[in-house]
Amino acid sequence: MHTTRIGCGAGFSGDRIEPAGDLLRRGALADLVLECLGERTVAQAQQRRLADPALGYERRLPARFTRLLPLAFSHGVRVITNMGAANPLAAGRVTASIMSTLGLSGRVAVVTGDDVLSEVDLDAPAWETGRPLREHGEIVSANAYLGADAVLPALVADVVITGRVADPSLFVAPLADRLGWDLDDVPSIAAGTLVGHLLECAGQLTGGYFADPGYQDVPDLHALGFPYADVSFDGTAALGKLPGTGGLLNRQTVREQLLYEITDPAAYLTPDVTLDVRGVRITDDTRISGARGTSRPETLKVSVGYRAGSKVEAEISYAGPNAAARGALAAEIVTRRLTGVPVRAEVLGGETDCRVRVAAISHDAALLDRVGDEVESLYTNGPAGGGGFRAHVTEVIGIASTTIPREAVRPSVTFLEVPGATA
Amino acid sequence: MLLHELAHCRAGDKGNTATLSVFPRDDADYARLARVVTAERVRAHLAEYIAGEVVRHELPNLPALHFVCHQIVDGGVTTSLALDTHGKSLSSRLLALEIR
Repeated sequence: MHTTRIGCGAGFSGDRIEPAGDLLRRGALADLVLECLGERTVAQAQQRRLADPALGYERRLPARFTRLLPLAFSHGVRVITNMGAANPLAAGRVTASIMSTLGLSGRVAVVTGDDVLSEVDLDAPAWETGRPLREHGEIVSANAYLGADAVLPALVADVVITGRVADPSLFVAPLADRLGWDLDDVPSIAAGTLVGHLLECAGQLTGGYFADPGYQDVPDLHALGFPYADVSFDGTAALGKLPGTGGLLNRQTVREQLLYEITDPAAYLTPDVTLDVRGVRITDDTRISGARGTSRPETLKVSVGYRAGSKVEAEISYAGPNAAARGALAAEIVTRRLTGVPVRAEVLGGETDCRVRVAAISHDAALLDRVGDEVESLYTNGPAGGGGFRAHVTEVIGIASTTIPREAVRPSVTFLEVPGATA
Repeated sequence: MLLHELAHCRAGDKGNTATLSVFPRDDADYARLARVVTAERVRAHLAEYIAGEVVRHELPNLPALHFVCHQIVDGGVTTSLALDTHGKSLSSRLLALEIR
């Protein structure tokens, strides 16, 4: 039966690069997906785009592509990534420029249309709070989770860059393309979505989120390998990682990933299908079957970003006998000095080594400074032996969710050609 | 004994909802876990972290008990004041549940 091999070379924006290089070098892949965009990372990308309109793509894109694209081109592996984040077109231009510099010629495709800020209804209630979106604060972004249908027309390129796309859809599109699945073929798309869901977090499938010494030992975790799947036309899949890599791929790690972030095992909503994982079977540790599905939802999920102020986090340590009691006293002192300020003050750690942490979010910069100052002044205005004060302030983009009708979202693909060197 | 002796657990997060999947190390312990690790006990054990409802899904084919926990305290990864903004450590906290 016709099969294709797809790998996952990144499961979040901070993921390691080496395992993806190994997959490209030795994995005999048809496609490699780099999934680097979480709810949190799209908010951070939005902040960078607001500060500089030429930015807003995944900040590790240049480092990742400079290392990986030469390998992808020399081994003929197509690369699909959501590193476009809040600015896919800028990411496409940067990628084309990196290819030029590296002497790689080929085609880059950029999928746009996830930015629905001008289409989304800001009077609609947020899922999380039930309050109208616009009441959360100044709205700065709204990104729809595009599906495989938006990515499919881009797959004639060597490198495909998207912004917000549902994570499994990054896999479903190339699987449908390689295996000749119709996106309306619910059983096949359910199977492909399951494969994408299992692979999308990379090392979380292969033991990079599992070790518990003495209880769950993972061999050679320092040399963790990332996963791939051999997917058949009938939708069954065999998961794997490369020989000689560290990590663990077995029934335990697979079932952990299977249920990861699934809020309804009977109905996991994606733009491509509504997935039912209740009948999934894991045989021989790595063979997957039994995904079922029903038709895709008529609306798409939208993540709306709003300015939520800034967050201060300030910390100071206490050690030795009675440290926890001194930490608790420090937390009480700061809380009393900051009466009326909504802070979270807590003592982390054990009886003889603890860290007091005070955090607050506000639109008032002076107030955030005051929180940091009150923790710093504990040095000589608090319990004995405080040390290691640190404070930092970061801007916060909050995320609220809503939906948008499919017909209001119009994805499109832009191609950038990188010509070969002319003699 | 602690749940940790019999089970492993994975946390996930979607907005201010957390998922906690509990798996017996030995399939033979599934029935026992299903009896003692109820939604009510999970809710009570993690009361400091979960403000809303806890729904339990039973998945005997894996086997797994899957808990969907609503309204994480200061929930939402971007605006949370917690050190672990995702609630990733909830999985290990749940394994501290005392069982008989």
